[in-house]
Amino acid sequence: MKTETTMMVDNGVNVEALLGAREALTETPEAARFQWRATCDWVNGTHSRSTVEGFYGLGDEQRHREAFTFNADHPEIFASEDHGATPVEYVLVGLAGCLTAGIASVAQNRGIQLHSVTATLEGGMDIQGILGMDRDVRNGFDDIRVSFEIDADASKEDIEALVAQSQKRSAVFDIVTNPTNVSVVVK
Amino acid sequence: MIAQAPAASCPTAGTVTTVVIGAGHAGLAMSRCLTERSIDHVVLERGEVANSWKRERWDSLRLLTPNWQSRLPGHRYAGADPDGFMTMTEVVGFIDGYAAAIAAPVQTGTTVVSVREADGGYRVGTDRGEWRCRTLVIASGAFNLPVVPRCATEVPASIATLTARDYRNPDQLPPGGALVVGASATGAQLADEIHRSGRPVTLAVGEHVRMPRTYRGRDIQWWMDAAGVSDQRYDQVDAIDRARRVASPQLSGTPERATLDLNTLSAAGVTLAGKVAGIVGGKVQFSGSLRNNCALADLKLGRLLDAFDGWARETGISDEVGLSQRFEPTRVAESPRLSLDLTSGEISSIVWATGFRPDYSWLDVPVLDRKGRIRHDGGVVRDAPGMYVMGLPFLRRRKSSFIHGAGDDARELSIHLATHLDDCSTRLAVGVSG
Repeated sequence: MKTETTMMVDNGVNVEALLGAREALTETPEAARFQWRATCDWVNGTHSRSTVEGFYGLGDEQRHREAFTFNADHPEIFASEDHGATPVEYVLVGLAGCLTAGIASVAQNRGIQLHSVTATLEGGMDIQGILGMDRDVRNGFDDIRVSFEIDADASKEDIEALVAQSQKRSAVFDIVTNPTNVSVVVK
Repeated sequence: MIAQAPAASCPTAGTVTTVVIGAGHAGLAMSRCLTERSIDHVVLERGEVANSWKRERWDSLRLLTPNWQSRLPGHRYAGADPDGFMTMTEVVGFIDGYAAAIAAPVQTGTTVVSVREADGGYRVGTDRGEWRCRTLVIASGAFNLPVVPRCATEVPASIATLTARDYRNPDQLPPGGALVVGASATGAQLADEIHRSGRPVTLAVGEHVRMPRTYRGRDIQWWMDAAGVSDQRYDQVDAIDRARRVASPQLSGTPERATLDLNTLSAAGVTLAGKVAGIVGGKVQFSGSLRNNCALADLKLGRLLDAFDGWARETGISDEVGLSQRFEPTRVAESPRLSLDLTSGEISSIVWATGFRPDYSWLDVPVLDRKGRIRHDGGVVRDAPGMYVMGLPFLRRRKSSFIHGAGDDARELSIHLATHLDDCSTRLAVGVSG
């Protein structure tokens, strides 16, 4: 019965491959060690261009199908030229992408057909922090709100459970909710 | 019928078919099943019968299961308060009484210091001589050593710290605020008790299991039992590894049968914060995941109650129990606090209720996985013929780590053990005749 339902559901996620990978990595936990990378070149003003292409995982060097580039800048009200999203907006993009991928995967695994998933993200920030005006104000977001609108063949509770589970397993949710040691060096 | 201890100088204490390590409820249940099968054995106990219950738990602790559920093979609660919850003194009395009733061959005051493979069986070294056996049952408990997060080493010396194993009562703590880390049954109970002692408590909450004490007029454990949830087998659930790591439900056994959840704690004035994510520069950092962890627990509770309601309908007992109900979602502050300065004087103590793990430091047989857990299939230890383990969470059934879970596990594992002995004898006989 469960198998039939699962076969009819297609969210474009290969759950068998993911579950197979988890099984394989239980035997070889060292292959689970990944390293994600980005390079970034300053262009002009607050405009920079980042590239991601190579990464490490499954015990070997890996590559994306192509190099992806991202322009980061600030809007004109910051006296910038607005060649791209602000870095903090990329954080929202990362969180949205991670949670949405998680929802699709969990839905597939639970046999839930998705029709549409739309996330709206808001990150609150007091820029007195980055402007150095008030030491009590932090630089980053003081609050992130994510709101999902999901059309799926499932009850409200099941959809809420999808969203909760995707947060529980999300790398970016973990990155933004928990501290990480960051070392920045000059070569 | 307590076996006489051999003199300390005696190098060989004895040879038996089976050594059981630990005279708690699990080891004694196994002893009873072995006796029924006339398998000669000894139960080695480092302290006294029911030692952990007696010495390693806090004063106010009561069982999370009602008295009527306290049953072991050939023994059950016979007191006047079936719906009550035993204090630790009563638990010790219950288990002591069981040891006497089944005439368990317990050797107390005997600490196992090593277990090695030898001649198709095991050599069990103790501080009072060595035992040889063909089969071994490890029933030394799942909750021996407190687990504390690595960041505990960053706590300033001005803060008093205790683990749940060493905590007895609030008087051990200095006056002032307390941070309780962990919101399982232990953390929730300690937060409640410490807060009542007049010390303002902040409770750090990670993943947790929310449960009301009673549902539709019956104890939640009655539902777990009756609807078959407690009896779910390890080979019938998805991802048993994860099921075995689930924290104990937020329950408390009080005469009032009161529910102890995050809503009752915050209504009493306990401040909820996220999981402790780190301690940097004297500041505790809390994760921003509190809201989701509460949502996960609320949804999971909803699914459990749905299952109970469905079972009640199918079995036609809906009219015998109270009305179906749902509980208010866990209330989470608009912006839960993300840090706590340990140098500010806001709190003066930290209680780590971050879990326990078994102690296998004496086990010299390579049966542990990379996380230090015994590899086993429903209590049958892998790659160590004749070795068994009992009393671990979800060992064979969801109820395995509870007192009433020991009986079924002991019965089944003793059958496996007896079959193993028969197989060995057959092989031996074939070997001799051939």
